[in-house]
Parts: sequence; structure tokens; C-alpha cells
Amino acid sequence: MLASNLSSYMVILAVLSLFSYFTIFPPKMASRIAQIRLVSSHPQVYEPCDDSFALVDALLADRKKLLDHRPAICMEVGSGSGYVITSLALILQEMKTSYYFATDINPHAVRVTHETLEAHGVHAELLTTNIAAGLEKRLAGLVDVMVVNPPYVPTPEEEVGGDGIAAAWAGGENGRSVIDKILPIADNLLSEKGWLYMLFLAANDPLQICLQMRDKGYAAKIVVQRATEEESLHVIKFWRDSDIRMEGNEAVATAKNGSPRGWEFLLSQLSRLSFRR
Amino acid sequence: MRLLTHNMLSSNIKGVINGFPLRIEAERVVEKQVDFNPDFLKNMFSKIDWKALADASKIMGYPELPDELPDSSLLDSDEFLHKFHHALLELHLEEGALVCPETGRRFPVNKGIPNMLLHEDEV
Ligand SMILES: C[S@@+](CC[C@H](N)C(=O)[O-])C[C@H]1O[C@@H](n2cnc3c(N)ncnc32)[C@H](O)[C@@H]1O
Repeated sequence: MLASNLSSYMVILAVLSLFSYFTIFPPKMASRIAQIRLVSSHPQVYEPCDDSFALVDALLADRKKLLDHRPAICMEVGSGSGYVITSLALILQEMKTSYYFATDINPHAVRVTHETLEAHGVHAELLTTNIAAGLEKRLAGLVDVMVVNPPYVPTPEEEVGGDGIAAAWAGGENGRSVIDKILPIADNLLSEKGWLYMLFLAANDPLQICLQMRDKGYAAKIVVQRATEEESLHVIKFWRDSDIRMEGNEAVATAKNGSPRGWEFLLSQLSRLSFRR
Repeated sequence: MRLLTHNMLSSNIKGVINGFPLRIEAERVVEKQVDFNPDFLKNMFSKIDWKALADASKIMGYPELPDELPDSSLLDSDEFLHKFHHALLELHLEEGALVCPETGRRFPVNKGIPNMLLHEDEV
């Protein structure tokens, strides 16, 4: 009698403690990203690869910040299979307050992006265009989050562009041809509070890119860094930083926040990675 | 393509000075329901070219928007916001074309996707 009372008491206690455990530590809801089995494909379209996964991992790592950021307009340049823009739309889905644009120079890619978005029940406005051509005048200053996995592989200059699969990776000298065209366009499209997440290879000289962006008033941070067998990938986040003042032609970071994770830290991290020249 | 996108698009052919707004040739228009988001509408109101939106909306078969830029006090009216919402986000151009107002160059829209790629002699 006493024993059975005791055991039912224990059960109640266990249930109660479990209950309070979940109140204090709610089971972490897995954030949804695009599912590979639902990602559409086409022989002429870049399939999700290590670089795509690194970019989505960066967005997942920043998930909470992105939700707090409450972006109204998000945009992807070079959406390929649609894996990244679909994942971004799913990550931000609970807010129901973001609108998405995606472009690609390859018409097959834009169609595949459309199919991938549809298979996941999300929407983005799609354009077949060169980077953001057609949007640059009227969408200027309106994009709160921009994501780019550009063609970054160093190749002969002749291979850059075109409407086939080669345009997915061919980046010209140091892999910088398309990257260097995208950066000023991103600067023009980003809103005051805009964030840019962009993927680079060590061979693209991300240190030099960060310095160049700093001259335009942007702070930078490595969100994901990953070495695969073939390549060393970095996802770098850029945002306009009011602490970066322009003095003449030089950008000067005022040491207001004085954090060790500021510019010097970033630069020392990147300079170890940049081995160009 | 939503009219939000149409409102953000211009023709950027070499030599074109004012490539906005693109004239819509509508072959097939579909309506898709979108969550109502008054904050976004209020925020976008100042960024939208009103006349371009009202005209486009008419061509797409929804002549419910005022022709002239309404006073921003209308943003307090739920009825107005719902019309604005419907025109901006729920009308989709599925098939048709966008035509450059200066050169007459047609940018085709297939399966809701405008193709803005320029030919070599246009850049
Ligand atoms: C490395 S792939 C990334 C695809 C996809 N975002 C992903 O992460 O899997 C680069 C994409 O950019 C597109 N692209 C290349 N040059 C472009 C340009 N000038 N404008 C727009 N898209 C471009 C390619 O067609 C390709 O789909």
C-alpha cells in the first residue's frame, strides 16, 4: 500500500519535473531549411554543394539575429537551384513579414528556383537578369538582407558569364570578376540597416574585399569558415557601421566599442588566410 | 510577377533615360492570396510610385485604386489598405510582357518570370 502510494507519488513528481524542465528549456524547434529531396534540378543548373551549405549554415547561425532584424525585403543574387533563398524564406517564415527577390543570369536556374520554392510552399519574386539589372534604380536602399554565393572559381576570363552551367562557377582572374561587379550593386541596393552575406574562397582574397568594403563604410565578420578537401570557404557578413568614419579617402574605425572582435581581429584572421601574391 | 516587382523594375537599355514604368502586356493574370501585412504596406507606401501601381492594377483587371497619389491619412483605412495589398501583392502577371516606354523593346514574362537580359548591343 505504502509502496504503491510512493510509486504513484514518484510518477507525479517525475511528470511535474519534466513539465517544469520543458517550461524552462523548451524543446528546441529545429529550424526548417530547404530539403534536398525537394530541390529541383536541371543539367544546366548548379546543384547545392558545400558552398551552398556553408551559406545556409551562416544564415542558420544568425537565425535569431535575422528574426530580430525583421527584414522587409530580402534578395538573393544567383539563386541557382533555389536552395539558399528557399532556406532563407523558411528560416524567416514564422514572421510572415518578409518579401523575397531572387535573380539568376541563367534562365534554367530561375525556373528551377521557382520549382524549389513552390515545392516548399514559399514564394520569391524571380527575375532572369544580370546581377540586379532592372532593379537598381527603384529598389536602391530597400534591401534589408542580401545573400550571394557568387561564381568564385579562378578561371580564364573568357569563361565568365554566358547562360550555361559554366557561369555558375567561372569567376575569372582570382575568381573576382563577378564578385567585383556584385559588391557595388549590393552597396546600392542595401538599406541603411542592410546586411550582406556573401561566400568567398581564400583565393578571392577576402581580406582585400573587407578592406575595400570598409572604405565604403561597412564592417565585416566571418560567420562561417570551412575547409573542404578542395577549397577553403568563408561566409562574410557586411553591414553599414556608423563607427567607421571617413577621413579624406581613408576609412577610420573609431574604437568606440573597443572589442577585440573588431577590425583588428577580423584582419588578423583573414590575413592568415589570404595567400594571394 | 507581382505589381510590387513591376513597381521596382525599369528598362536599363543603353541610352534609355526614363525606362519607368514598363508598360504591361497582360496575357494571363492570376490571383494568389498573401497574408495581410499592414506594417509593410505603410512602410512601402512612400516608396511606391502610385500612378504606376494604379495604372498597372487597372491593366491587370483591378481598377479599384485611386488614380492620384492618395493622402497618407488613408493608411488608417482598413478598406484602402486591403485594396493596396491586393494590387501590390496578390495580382500576378503569369504570361505577357513588359515593354520599355522609350524604345518599345519587349521583355517577355513566362511562368511569372520576367526576362530582363539584354542583348549585346543593348548594354
Ligand atoms: C555558385 S552558384 C550558386 C547557386 C546557388 N545560390 C547555391 O548556393 O547553390 C552561382 C550562381 O550565380 C549565377 N550567376 C552567375 N553570374 C551571374 C550574374 N552575372 N548575374 C546573376 N546570376 C549569376 C549562376 O548562374 C549560378 O546559378
